[in-house]
Amino acid sequence: MKEKKAKRIVYRSEREMPLMVISVGSQTHNLTGAWRNIRPEIDLEKCLKCGICWKFCPEPAIEIVDERPVVDYDYCKGCGICAEECPAKCIVMAEERK
Amino acid sequence: MKKDKKMTLTLPAEELMSPGHLACQGCGATLAMRYMLKALGQRTVLCIPACCWAVIDGPYPYSCLDAPIYHCAFETAASTATGVKAGLEMTGDTETTVVAWAGDGGTFDIGIQALSGAAERNDDIIYVCYDNEAYMNTGIQRSSATPYGAWTTTTPVKHFKDRPKKDIVAIMAAHRIPYIATASVSHPEDFVKKMKKAKAIKGTRFFHVFAPCPTGWKSRPDDSVKLARLAVQNAYFPLFEIEDGEKVTINLKLKEKKPVADYIRLQGRFRHLSEAHIAAIQDEVDARWARLLKSC
Ligand SMILES: Cc1ncc(C[n+]2csc(CCOP(=O)(O)OP(=O)(O)O)c2C)c(N)n1
Ligand code: SF4
Ligand code: SF4
Ligand code: SF4
Ligand SMILES: [Mg+2]
Repeated sequence: MKEKKAKRIVYRSEREMPLMVISVGSQTHNLTGAWRNIRPEIDLEKCLKCGICWKFCPEPAIEIVDERPVVDYDYCKGCGICAEECPAKCIVMAEERK
Repeated sequence: MKKDKKMTLTLPAEELMSPGHLACQGCGATLAMRYMLKALGQRTVLCIPACCWAVIDGPYPYSCLDAPIYHCAFETAASTATGVKAGLEMTGDTETTVVAWAGDGGTFDIGIQALSGAAERNDDIIYVCYDNEAYMNTGIQRSSATPYGAWTTTTPVKHFKDRPKKDIVAIMAAHRIPYIATASVSHPEDFVKKMKKAKAIKGTRFFHVFAPCPTGWKSRPDDSVKLARLAVQNAYFPLFEIEDGEKVTINLKLKEKKPVADYIRLQGRFRHLSEAHIAAIQDEVDARWARLLKSC
């Protein structure tokens, strides 16, 4: 997962700025995981592999790695939708360890 | 866990929205964008007026979307999209889908003139209104999409909104455009299916997407999908499409409607409502649903 993260490009003056917005993941330098108070923890033993947590993550911060859902804590904001929607109730929202 | 079972993905796997964006926790509008881009693919240009999405995307020169965005003035989403489409056609590009993507304030209120103009000309664009039922980006002011009974900062509890929500779908149907659909972030498969269908149609296509906003609705962020689902199941926000302004198809038939109280009670913006107020909302929803059933 690491390779997709962009570094923040810093422009020292307006003249250095590109004329166009750089898309393709340029906003990934912003690690929104720092916003989180509670963190989703997936019990893969109970997981049904239904893909519902992946489907409803608004970031999206759940990726499918080796046919299982994996939370990317660099971006997960801790909204809790995945835990609320999981039909197997195998995602718990735990206190964030700072 | 079944070791060799594959993950079930009910939506296209391609991801054109990256994380790192600036939406609040549990933002429905963000889910709506993610699903729309899954349906339309990369060959899409977005025209976004002032709204939460003008911020969510990230500050210039960064972006969380892998599709070009034209940030335009608040009232001009539809006319900007019309212009972009005309420009592309002049370069010989007839393939790219041009989308106007605006909030409810930018659609029901301030952008309605440009939208009506584009629809009357049947300009070849997809217009998507993600509806969070108020002007959220500027701090929760009422719009004509704010429902009866809701608190906003300009309709405080003592003077909560006492007018019904404007029926934007009926207004668009009166323009006799080829395609109109409602969609909800709780039913992404239905949304993606209808968006793909719309992509293949020529002319003005209009989507009204229900997008819960925990910040403005004073609801729990983890309830966003649940609220959208309840709104569909109790006919507060039914899923249907209208072709050529006439042919109505209900996409999700409801055998039994859930009571609207379950939906209302989960949101702080309705906290002040009495049982009688909620009964009035129920009557209004029932009447609207009966009208919809009659029209198909
Ligand atoms: C002409 C004009 N008037 C007012 C504003 C200030 N403004 C920016 S975003 C916004 C609210 C937009 O509300 P809506 O379209 O519902 O989108 P949301 O923020 O809810 O996503 C307002 C009033 C503006 N940018 N331009
Ligand atoms: S808590 Fe919210 S942001 Fe985090 S993985 Fe779950 S759905 Fe995504
Ligand atoms: S929603 Fe729950 S059961 Fe389904 S894939 Fe995610 S963790 Fe597994
Ligand atoms: S205010 Fe509402 S619509 Fe805007 S980003 Fe926050 S949750 Fe989304
Ligand atoms: Mg709004």
